[in-house]
Amino acid sequence: MRVEEISTWVEDARKAFASAADLDSLKTARLTHAGDKSPIALASRGLGALSPEDKASFGKVIGEAKADIAQALAEATAVLEAERDRKVLLEEVVDITLPVNRSHRGGLHPITIIKNEVSDFFIEQGFAVEEGPELESGWLNFDALNIPADHPARTMQDTFFIEPVESGMVLRTHTSPVQIRTMLTQEPPIYVVCPGRTFRADELDATHSPVFHQVEGLVIDKGITMAHLKGTLDNFARHMFGPNVTTRLRPSFFPFTEPSAEVDIFFNNRWIEWGGCGMVNPKVLATCGIDTEVYSGFAFGMGLERTLMVRHGITDMHDIVEGDLRFTRQFGVGL
Amino acid sequence: MRAPLSWIKEFVDIPASVTAEQISDGLIRVGFEVEEIIRQGADLTGPLKFAKVLSIEEITEFKKPIRYVGLDCGEGQTRFVICGATNFAVGDLVVAALPGAVLPGDFAIGVRETYGKTSNGMICSGRELGISDDHAGIMVFAEGEVAIGGDAIEALQINDVIFDIAVNPDRGYALSIRGIAREVAGSLGLKFTDPVDALRGLKFAETGKGVTAKIGEKRSASVFYVRTLSNFDPKATTPIWMRRRIEKMGMRSISLVVDVTNYVMLELGQPLHAFDKAKIKGGLTIKLAGKAQKFKTLDGVERTLDSNDLMVCDDEQPLALAGTMGGLSSEISETTTDIALEAVHFCEVCIAKNSRRHKLSSEASRRLERSVDPSLAEFASARFVQLLTAHSSAHHVATVVDGEPIYAPLVTIDPAYVSKTLGFDIPAKKVAEVLRTIGCDVDEKSFTIDPPSWRADLLAAADFTEEVARMIGYDKIPSVLPPRPLHATLTSTQKRRRAVATMLASRGLAEVQTFPFTNQTTIDSMGFVGERASTYKVANPMSEEFPLMRVHLVPGLIEVAQRNISRGARDFAIFEMGSIFRSSQKLVPAVSPDLSKRPGQKVIDEIFASVPAQGYHVAGLLVGKSENENWQRKARAYNWQDAISYAQDILALCNLEWTVARSDLAPWHPGRCAELIVNGKAVAHAGELHPRIVAAYGLPERSVAFAVALSALPDSVLVRPTTVGTMPAAVQDVALIVDSTVSAADVEGALREGAGELLESITLFDRYDKIGDGKISLAFTLVFRAQDRTLTGEEVSAMREAATAVAAAKFGAVVRTA
Repeated sequence: MRVEEISTWVEDARKAFASAADLDSLKTARLTHAGDKSPIALASRGLGALSPEDKASFGKVIGEAKADIAQALAEATAVLEAERDRKVLLEEVVDITLPVNRSHRGGLHPITIIKNEVSDFFIEQGFAVEEGPELESGWLNFDALNIPADHPARTMQDTFFIEPVESGMVLRTHTSPVQIRTMLTQEPPIYVVCPGRTFRADELDATHSPVFHQVEGLVIDKGITMAHLKGTLDNFARHMFGPNVTTRLRPSFFPFTEPSAEVDIFFNNRWIEWGGCGMVNPKVLATCGIDTEVYSGFAFGMGLERTLMVRHGITDMHDIVEGDLRFTRQFGVGL
Repeated sequence: MRAPLSWIKEFVDIPASVTAEQISDGLIRVGFEVEEIIRQGADLTGPLKFAKVLSIEEITEFKKPIRYVGLDCGEGQTRFVICGATNFAVGDLVVAALPGAVLPGDFAIGVRETYGKTSNGMICSGRELGISDDHAGIMVFAEGEVAIGGDAIEALQINDVIFDIAVNPDRGYALSIRGIAREVAGSLGLKFTDPVDALRGLKFAETGKGVTAKIGEKRSASVFYVRTLSNFDPKATTPIWMRRRIEKMGMRSISLVVDVTNYVMLELGQPLHAFDKAKIKGGLTIKLAGKAQKFKTLDGVERTLDSNDLMVCDDEQPLALAGTMGGLSSEISETTTDIALEAVHFCEVCIAKNSRRHKLSSEASRRLERSVDPSLAEFASARFVQLLTAHSSAHHVATVVDGEPIYAPLVTIDPAYVSKTLGFDIPAKKVAEVLRTIGCDVDEKSFTIDPPSWRADLLAAADFTEEVARMIGYDKIPSVLPPRPLHATLTSTQKRRRAVATMLASRGLAEVQTFPFTNQTTIDSMGFVGERASTYKVANPMSEEFPLMRVHLVPGLIEVAQRNISRGARDFAIFEMGSIFRSSQKLVPAVSPDLSKRPGQKVIDEIFASVPAQGYHVAGLLVGKSENENWQRKARAYNWQDAISYAQDILALCNLEWTVARSDLAPWHPGRCAELIVNGKAVAHAGELHPRIVAAYGLPERSVAFAVALSALPDSVLVRPTTVGTMPAAVQDVALIVDSTVSAADVEGALREGAGELLESITLFDRYDKIGDGKISLAFTLVFRAQDRTLTGEEVSAMREAATAVAAAKFGAVVRTA
């Protein structure tokens, strides 16, 4: 056995591995050059018969040669496996742009979305969200709000009455009875918003619906002024319509507020009537047992449909009430 | 309320430099919404001449009557025009638009050949000139009223600006030119002359005995004037300026007497009514109708009077529905020569009730129910006498008055209240100054205020605060955020509703909101019975088709589904959340406690209890395929399991435990409806809709639905979790043969009961129904785990056998051996 011979084995193995076209031929080459019967294996086994000096020197050379062969094999294997994988994965390619199985697209009704948005805004300001029944006592819907039975203000709101009419039950014409309920059951300070469904006997057309939604706000605390009302509305308007919106208060009339105002917004280059507001009429506070010497308050209310229509440029109320999925789905869940 | 600028100017010194927009802005600033600025005559150019009709040639060969009319337009020669109207005769004066004129609507007048003639202009109607809505025909004037050849634009005062103003119900005084003019002056800081000032102290000679006036029903009126006039020539006509003003206000000219009553009402705000004195038997009395009787109002409608209707009567019968409309029998006619004029300050509520009972809202009732200046009964009736005697041969006979005007009381306020309410400083002096501009007398020392006669609404500090605020300008109010309360959150109920809606929406259901109205046919066709079918009825529904309040959400969902299907949708899922209105309690007559103070707690409780509970539900309807159809395979159709799954998801989202039971409840398929039970109460139903309903409403076959009574769900409780066990689990499978009528949930319940406390979970993993003999096989995986030890094989076998033993005992389950 000569050292030169050993380096030839290594060289032969390298060449054989490198020329293997696939993993099968590499296996054959491995058996030939690194298998049990390969020259290097035989030489390795023959080491035991050598003298101690030869054993040491040949042993080192053979060890190095085996390592070189093993490395060459590993390198060739890696190359060929990568090649094989590449081919297989290529065969497994799919068109990932094909439509996948999807459930239907759902969504929240835009009124729900805007109601949630308004509620969240006011909760962040520390207001609680109060709700009340839609079929409501006339005393809470009218009388307690300083709307006497035969006052023209009562006819301002075309009311749906429930039989028997003597029961005084109505479908609430505004969410204001929730304010009364709140004042009758809670002590000031009161900071609440009341979103909800309301009813007025208006024919359904492009801008009216007999069933619609309002959100009202009520604040009762010490030292509350109309400036606080204006500040709250400014803040609310900016939240709903963007930082550039401006508001305007205009004298108006509501039996439950005095002074009363309409709040307009300047949006998309025109003034738009948004809602009504004012300082809670001391008569209403008195009916609810709130000491007007100590407390004052403001209230405001606006239509959610109107807010939605103005903000999103919706021109036909029918789209909001008909439940056509093509309309509703556009709003997603309001995120 | 309309208000022509030319009329406002009579009482306000408005400089020529002030534009209509500035006046409109001024009105808006003080609380009068200007809905429209009508520029009458802006789209009209002359020549527009008065012309005398010289000749009429009737042309008959056309379908409609056509006249070829010779006109004297003051041009020295006859001008011939074609005219389609017939309400004029030779000798009448008319308005002619000559070639070159342009009428509203860009209608250019030229010489044209028509109906075989040459037409050299056009005879105009008020409508064509854009100055009235009169359809009756062309405008006709009598000889002497207008000058032949005169400029009609000038003479008819066509060029004017008319403000159309929305007047709030607390400002009855502004339903008059007097009121509007005062607001214009106040807002723009201009000088106002009150037309009433010229009427104060006006007395008329008493020349005879007049019709008497009596307030029979004391609380119905404070003061009642009757002015009697005689010697009226019924041929007298209304002067053109008056007629034009009435037209600009949107009313029609009728006859001189009626026109003067209307004119005075428009000018001052006090409705007046003129009776033909010859038709009055005895005197006039204001009293209740007393008994049901027929009464014909002057619109020709025969009405049945309510015994509580307030009437103006003579000694024999009612003559007018007080403050609302006169009667036909005593109206001014073409033969009237003697007139009794009524001017009353009525109680507002009486007129409101009259008007409401007869669904009759007139110009008079609109004003009277909003409150009219009580001093005006005297002044407006005087104005009537002044105008009528000036424009006719009539003369005053006598004035009779009963009662006297009652004015709003003096009010003392703390001027600091104004600043405290508005949020910025307004000195007391300024408060007094502003209140004086609206007509109050203010004693600055005591701050005692005497409100003007026309402001019955100024009763408390808050009322005066609004007056100060609007006259100073709401734009002066600063914008300040209120002190911020500590915190708030949604209530757990609100959070739940939101989470449920968001979950359903994100899982493919689209939310809809339907009107909560229904009808008996729908309730019946759904199969609702008993409590689930009874509901409240709307006394005055939008449509007789839907007079009832809904008892369930599914019918509304079906309606929306039908609408979507009719618009081409096939596969979709929708849901709604909202109240339902099953009549859980009888509605009782309302309590109406005194409003001046908080009612007692008992009364408050009674009011709250009078409002029936209204359940809050969520329901869903799933139709067609559960997924979008695509290239790969046929999408799966929704089935009963999907509906039950959504209902369970809702309960799971609320962290509740439930059991499932078979149910037979409308509107579901009696064999395919599950009931979900929480704490022993059925809170949800789900499954396939009844095939009869599916067919009746044209839904896709096997449409499914769920409904969950959210308001019936218990509150979720504070979670007290058990420790997670780390000992190994022992898994056991059992297969049981039972009758096919036995429900899987029952078998599972039995196994659960028998397995004992160490059972961690149980899952049905196979159901085999091909055994025959009416039997099925149900295979369950039972997982056992102990907290403190590894279970031995013997222990686990014992527990499994205990479990199957209960199933065997309860349902005859036989363990299936492989």
